[in-house]
Amino acid sequence: MTDLTDEMPVPAQRPPTASTGTIGWLRANLFNSVFNSILTLLCLVLFAAAIPPVIRWAFVNAIWTAPNGQACRGGGACWAFIGEKIRFILFGFFPSGELWRPIAVVAVFLLMILVACDRRSWGRWLAYLWAAGLAAVLLVMHGGSLGLSTVETRLWSGLPLTLILAVIAMVAGFPLGVLLALGRRSNLPAVRAICVGYIELVRGVPLITVLFMASLMLPLFLPSGMTIDKLLRAQIAFILFAAAYLAEVVRGGLQAIPKGQIEAADALGLSYIQRTRLIVLPQALSLVIPPLVNTFIGIFKDTALVTIISLFDLLGTVDAALTDPNWQGFYVEAYVVVAAIYFCFCFFMSRYSQVLEREFNRGTRR
Amino acid sequence: MSDTVIELQGVHKWYGDFHVLKDLNLRVGKGEKFVVCGPSGSGKSTMIRCINRLEEHQQGRITVAGIEITSDLKNIDAVRREVGMVFQQFNLFPHLTVLENLTLAPVWVRKLPKKEAEETARYYLERVRIPEQADKYPGQLSGGQQQRVAIARSLCMKPEIMLFDEPTSALDPEMIKEVLDVMIELAHEGMTMVCVTHEMGFARTVADMMVFMDRGEIVERAPPADFFSNPKSERTRLFLSQILAH
Amino acid sequence: MTSETASAGVKPARPVPWRDPAIRGIAYQVVFVAAVVGFIAFLVHNTMENIGRQNIATGFGFLHREAAFGIGETLIEYSPADTYFRAFLVGLTNTLYVAALGIVLATLLGTVMGLARLSSNWLVRKLAQVYVETFRNIPLALQLFFWWGLLNKMAPGPRDAIQILPDVFVSNRGIVFPVAVANPAYRWVGAAFLAGIVLAIGVSRWARRRQAATGRQLPAGWIGLGLILGLPAIVFLAAGAPLQLDVPALKGFNFSGGHTVSPEFAALLIGLTVYSGTFIAEIVRAGILAVSWGQSEAAMALGLRSGQRMRLVVLPQALRVIVPPITSQYLGITKNSSLAVLIGYPDLVSIANTSMNQTGQAVEGIAIIMAVYLFISLAISLAMNLCNRAVALVER
Repeated sequence: MTDLTDEMPVPAQRPPTASTGTIGWLRANLFNSVFNSILTLLCLVLFAAAIPPVIRWAFVNAIWTAPNGQACRGGGACWAFIGEKIRFILFGFFPSGELWRPIAVVAVFLLMILVACDRRSWGRWLAYLWAAGLAAVLLVMHGGSLGLSTVETRLWSGLPLTLILAVIAMVAGFPLGVLLALGRRSNLPAVRAICVGYIELVRGVPLITVLFMASLMLPLFLPSGMTIDKLLRAQIAFILFAAAYLAEVVRGGLQAIPKGQIEAADALGLSYIQRTRLIVLPQALSLVIPPLVNTFIGIFKDTALVTIISLFDLLGTVDAALTDPNWQGFYVEAYVVVAAIYFCFCFFMSRYSQVLEREFNRGTRR
Repeated sequence: MSDTVIELQGVHKWYGDFHVLKDLNLRVGKGEKFVVCGPSGSGKSTMIRCINRLEEHQQGRITVAGIEITSDLKNIDAVRREVGMVFQQFNLFPHLTVLENLTLAPVWVRKLPKKEAEETARYYLERVRIPEQADKYPGQLSGGQQQRVAIARSLCMKPEIMLFDEPTSALDPEMIKEVLDVMIELAHEGMTMVCVTHEMGFARTVADMMVFMDRGEIVERAPPADFFSNPKSERTRLFLSQILAH
Repeated sequence: MTSETASAGVKPARPVPWRDPAIRGIAYQVVFVAAVVGFIAFLVHNTMENIGRQNIATGFGFLHREAAFGIGETLIEYSPADTYFRAFLVGLTNTLYVAALGIVLATLLGTVMGLARLSSNWLVRKLAQVYVETFRNIPLALQLFFWWGLLNKMAPGPRDAIQILPDVFVSNRGIVFPVAVANPAYRWVGAAFLAGIVLAIGVSRWARRRQAATGRQLPAGWIGLGLILGLPAIVFLAAGAPLQLDVPALKGFNFSGGHTVSPEFAALLIGLTVYSGTFIAEIVRAGILAVSWGQSEAAMALGLRSGQRMRLVVLPQALRVIVPPITSQYLGITKNSSLAVLIGYPDLVSIANTSMNQTGQAVEGIAIIMAVYLFISLAISLAMNLCNRAVALVER
């Protein structure tokens, strides 16, 4: 017995109203079970209790202009404090007549990072661009030639200092990290032992220790008579620290290369250096770009620790701003604004790394 | 007519706005073997997943072994006890041995003593012809062996109905026969089966009824003899020409 | 024809020394090690010279000298007359204490938030996501300064302390709350608690055997919980429910009585917990997502109920994915506790810093800190490797 329907396919119908549209969405997502309904109600109660006071504090009762701290008290948030101090928070002790220089530096960094984010730009000329950019940044900050007045490194502070420390740590730490990763996978036991030792040593101790070590011990390491700039000490500490973490990230990429690649390269007669440079590293590095970006985010956040050795990065300038006797006690306003600045950088970089990860996965999925 | 064990009446399902199952009506009798075929996206997997409530239908009625499937958890549990399912990706539990995979549900759902469950498990391992793999882990078995273990795992619950969702589609060609052999044996012993598959040779051997689905509806339903030699619908003819060409 | 003897004694030709990879390998290593050793020797030489020139003492003898500085919070007895060694010990105990508490609280918070990220409730999911994204992208140092600012700088003095719960006060001296006065009956309550644990384990074992034999199930989990909580409760009530609270009361300029948690400790603990909780939430979420949906479907098709599915199928597989990164996080929490030096909580790094300033012996101080943290790292790594090997899935 056969059973058949018309030749034409049955036209699609609209689903029942209770399961689509706003009501459908609410039912499916917020009230789809007894437990969830209770949770939703609890959350709404929480919102009702917490959000209005925050809005009142931050906007309704906030004081936007005031001559000094005294006048700014008694209401909600004192945004006048931010208005007064924002230049100091962002650029710190840099001479106020020359502020265009740190502003230019921050702009150059943002430009370099944005260009690097666009995958179409990846190539040799990007490396040259970055080298030129970093050289320009250091020149503009330090001055001493091209008619710019010299500004000592101890006056470099705020956002430019944070960016300099983080970016140079990654740029200089990266080649060192690659070498360490290759060394860790070497067949020569002595080389492997030393690389493993370095990586585990640096990863096993807190960053503060590395900063202390650089700050207190680097001067001792130098032959008598030589001194080393305090900022340079911190920069070296970050480079050494970043190198160890980058080495582990690169090692992950190296491990993911199938053995067949190395065998094919050997069969073609390539030397170790040629094989590494032309076959292994390009594949390994492109595999680990998302974790590399995550490492950069981590280093960027870690620069906040230089306050311990009296360098004034973005967090240090905020703290210094809070010690002004005329403007006492506006901790919440200050920290919220600085947190927002850090958040913007880190959040967008992490979103970017997620986009990258999706793109790379699409390429490898068959 | 034999007793009806599965009945679909006017079943509709939507994914959001997409109408994926359109007005399905089907009746499977006890001991009958239904083979469901059709192009990809036709809703065949969705339909059999609705039978054990792995998917929810929004309109219509589905009755399995006399129990109507609603959102009532008790009904769903009762239905799932009587319906066994074999998946395309096997879905064996990798952290348990083969024997533990087979005894898990009988112990925790049917509340059997461990010894009894193990005896049943070994019996079915024997039936699917891999009794020596009892203490191995799924990761150590080949694809064909894993799928046979999956069949044995469902059988250990002594279900009334067995559902197969493209059981051989993920297997290398040389392993398809060993799984189909087990399924044919099962069919000959009188198990009620609903199979989604592209294996037309198997369908010809075993099926009582062929069901062709396309774009969410059941287009044609016929015994294999009529279905393959004399398909009534143009869409069925087109599909058969594509699938039987090679 | 026998040709074996003819080929038996012939060895493959050895290449010329400078093309022999074995010899080249040794040569590279010798050069490399010599360079590294030479560099280190250069550094050491300079250091000894500089130290001699600045008349700084060397060696660890200073550890036996009197420390002569006070420490705000100590878990063990300490006075400024004690040695530097004892001061370091105090720092170590403080570090381990705050790290251990941080690990426990961050795990709890992170697990809840990780599960919340997977909730079927949209609102709960989004709130958890906001939490994770916000606190993950702000430096820990900034978060610590924020909490410390709130609890120390902005909190009112004890006279105007804020009362958040009956008898619980927040002031810039810390958070003070009532504690129970020690009572001999508590020893019995403690014993009952331990007995409860032992009994709970026994019951679960017995229930498992019974299930294997007869198939009947007991809710051993609930019974065990009842024993662990109920037995001590019964003993407590039987003893007449002795609960005498040492309630904090404002006397003069500060509270006396009760137990005070310093603002530094509270800020450090809150900061560590909230910050690390975000990473643990992501780890838990990734672990559960790593278990393919097919596993849950197969379990559903077999008739297993939601709780059974979680317990028997999903969680065991998820834990395998969760354990390695979470132990890295625990290590991270321990290392991050060193940020205590930023807000003045006397952890190991803090105290070492003070000692180094006083004695001028920076090298020894840093060496001690590094040695201690390295030891902790190695211990945690070893534990993780053992864990990993024990639960690895068996494959071909």
